[in-house]
Amino acid sequence: MRINPKIAQKIAKTLIWASALFVIVILLAIIFFILVKGLPEISWQFLTEIPRNMGRSGGISSTIVGTLLVTAVAVVIATPFGVGTAFFLTEYTKEGKITRIIRFSAESLSGIPSIVYGLFGFIFFVMYLDLGWSILSGGLTLAVMILPTIIRTSEEAISTVSQQYREVSYSLGGTKWQTIVKAVFPSAVRGIAVGVILGIGRCVAETAAVILTAGTALRMPVSIFSPTRTMAEHFYIMAREGISMEKAYGTAALLIIIIFIINVVANSLVNRFVAKGR
Amino acid sequence: MTPQLKIAINELNFFYHKKQVIRDLNLEINSNEILAVFGPANSGTTTLLRTLNRLCDLIPGTHIDGKILLDGKNIFAPDVSVTELRRKVGMVFDVPTPLPMSIFENIVYGPRLSGNTSKASLTVIVEKALRMAALWDEVKDRLHTPAMRLSGGQQQRLCIARVLALEPDVILLDRPCSALDPISTAKIEESLKQLKEQYTIIIAPHNVQQAGRIADRVAFLLMGTLVEHGITAEVFENPKDKRTSDYITGRFG
Repeated sequence: MRINPKIAQKIAKTLIWASALFVIVILLAIIFFILVKGLPEISWQFLTEIPRNMGRSGGISSTIVGTLLVTAVAVVIATPFGVGTAFFLTEYTKEGKITRIIRFSAESLSGIPSIVYGLFGFIFFVMYLDLGWSILSGGLTLAVMILPTIIRTSEEAISTVSQQYREVSYSLGGTKWQTIVKAVFPSAVRGIAVGVILGIGRCVAETAAVILTAGTALRMPVSIFSPTRTMAEHFYIMAREGISMEKAYGTAALLIIIIFIINVVANSLVNRFVAKGR
Repeated sequence: MTPQLKIAINELNFFYHKKQVIRDLNLEINSNEILAVFGPANSGTTTLLRTLNRLCDLIPGTHIDGKILLDGKNIFAPDVSVTELRRKVGMVFDVPTPLPMSIFENIVYGPRLSGNTSKASLTVIVEKALRMAALWDEVKDRLHTPAMRLSGGQQQRLCIARVLALEPDVILLDRPCSALDPISTAKIEESLKQLKEQYTIIIAPHNVQQAGRIADRVAFLLMGTLVEHGITAEVFENPKDKRTSDYITGRFG
C-alpha cells in the first residue's frame, strides 16, 4: 500500500521538527538545571578565594587559574604542530603512503579514551621526563589529546580553500611559502580556529587525563611546574567524594559560563581577522 | 615600426601523463601585438597559455619537450627563476579571481611579494594599474573595501590591474570574458587594445568573434596541433586550411 505523498510529507516534517526540538530541550534542560543549582553559589568570594577545608568552604580561584593555565599550555603547544601537520598533508606532499599513515595515526589517536592519555602522560611526562604532577605535564598530555582534532579540522579547512587562490598567488610570482601564508592561510583561518576552539573545549572539560598528570593540588600555582587542580577535576572530586554538592554545582555553572565566554571571544577574534577581506 | 620578436616557441610538445596535449608547436609572437590563440574545447589553448608562464608546473604528471624563448632565453632552462618568469608573464584567468581581501590589497599582492613595502610607492602603483585597466574612476573611493563586492566585470578588470601592477612584459588572458556580459566584455576588449602599446598580449578568446575583434594575429589550434596562423584578416577572410574555414564559419566547434 502506498502512503499518500502529502501525508508522508507531513509525517516527515513532524518527525524532523520533533527531533530538533528534543535535542534543544535536552540541551537547555541541562544548562538550566546546572545554572539554577550552581549560580547561587557563585559570589565574589567564590571567584577570588582558594578552596579551604578540602573544598567545603572558600572559593575555587586556584582551580580557575589551573584550568586556564593547563588549557593555555595545551593549546600553545598543539596548535602550531597540528596546523603544521595539516599544511604538510595538504600542501607539501602528494597523497600516498606517508599521508595515509599520518592520517590513520591521527584518527586512531582521536578514538583513544582520555584516561589512556592520562596514563601515558603519567608514565611519560610525570615519571619518565620527571616533570612531576604539574601544569606542564597536564598541558602536554592534553596537547597530545587534542592534536588529532586540530589536525583534522585544519586539514579540512585548508583543502576547501579554492585552488584558484593558489593559482593566482603563484601566477603573481608567489613562492610556495608566500602562497600558503598570504593566500591559503587567511582563507582557512576560520576553519582552523574552529578546530582550536574545539580543542580548548575538550581541555577545559577534561577530567581523567588531568587528574593523572596535573595532580589535584588546591594551592594557587606559582609556575607551570606547580601541581594544580582544574575546575572539571574539582567538580568531579567534590561530587564523587561527597565533599560539597553546592560547591560542585557552583564549579559546574562557572565552567559552562567560561566555555561560553571562550567561544564568544574566539569567534569575535576570528571575525575581526576575517572581516578585513569580505 | 618593425615587429620585434618577443616569444619564440620551438617544437613544443606537452604531455599530461600519457596523453599528448600539444604537438610539435612552432609559433612566434611579436612585441606589442595581440595574438589570439583559438580553437574548440580541449585544443590545448589553456595548456599553451599556462606553459608560457610555467603555471603548468603545478600540475603533477606533466612532461614538456621543446623550447620557449622569451627575449631569446629558454624559460625551461634550469637557471630560470620561475617566480621572476611569472612576474614577467602575467596571467588573467577565465573566471574573475579576486583574492578575499580589499581592492588595494589585491593589487599590491604581487609587488608586496617581491619585497615592496613602501606605502607611498604602493599607492602610486595601485592608481596607475587601475587607470590602465580602466577601473580607477569606478573604485577610487572604495579602495579599501572587499574586492568580492565588485561586479563580475569590475572583478576581471581588477585582475588585469593586478597583473599590470607587476609591470610585466607579456599578459596572458585565458578566456577572460567567458563569465561576463557583453558590456563588460567590450570594456575589457577596449582596454586590451590600449594595453598592447606597452605589452605583448596573448589571449585565448572565448569565441571566434572576439578573436576577430581584437587580435592582430590569430593562431588556430585543433587537438593540440597548430593548424594555421597569420594576420587576423587574412586568416579569417582567406583561410588556407579547410579545418580553419570550417571552424570559423561555424561548421563545427
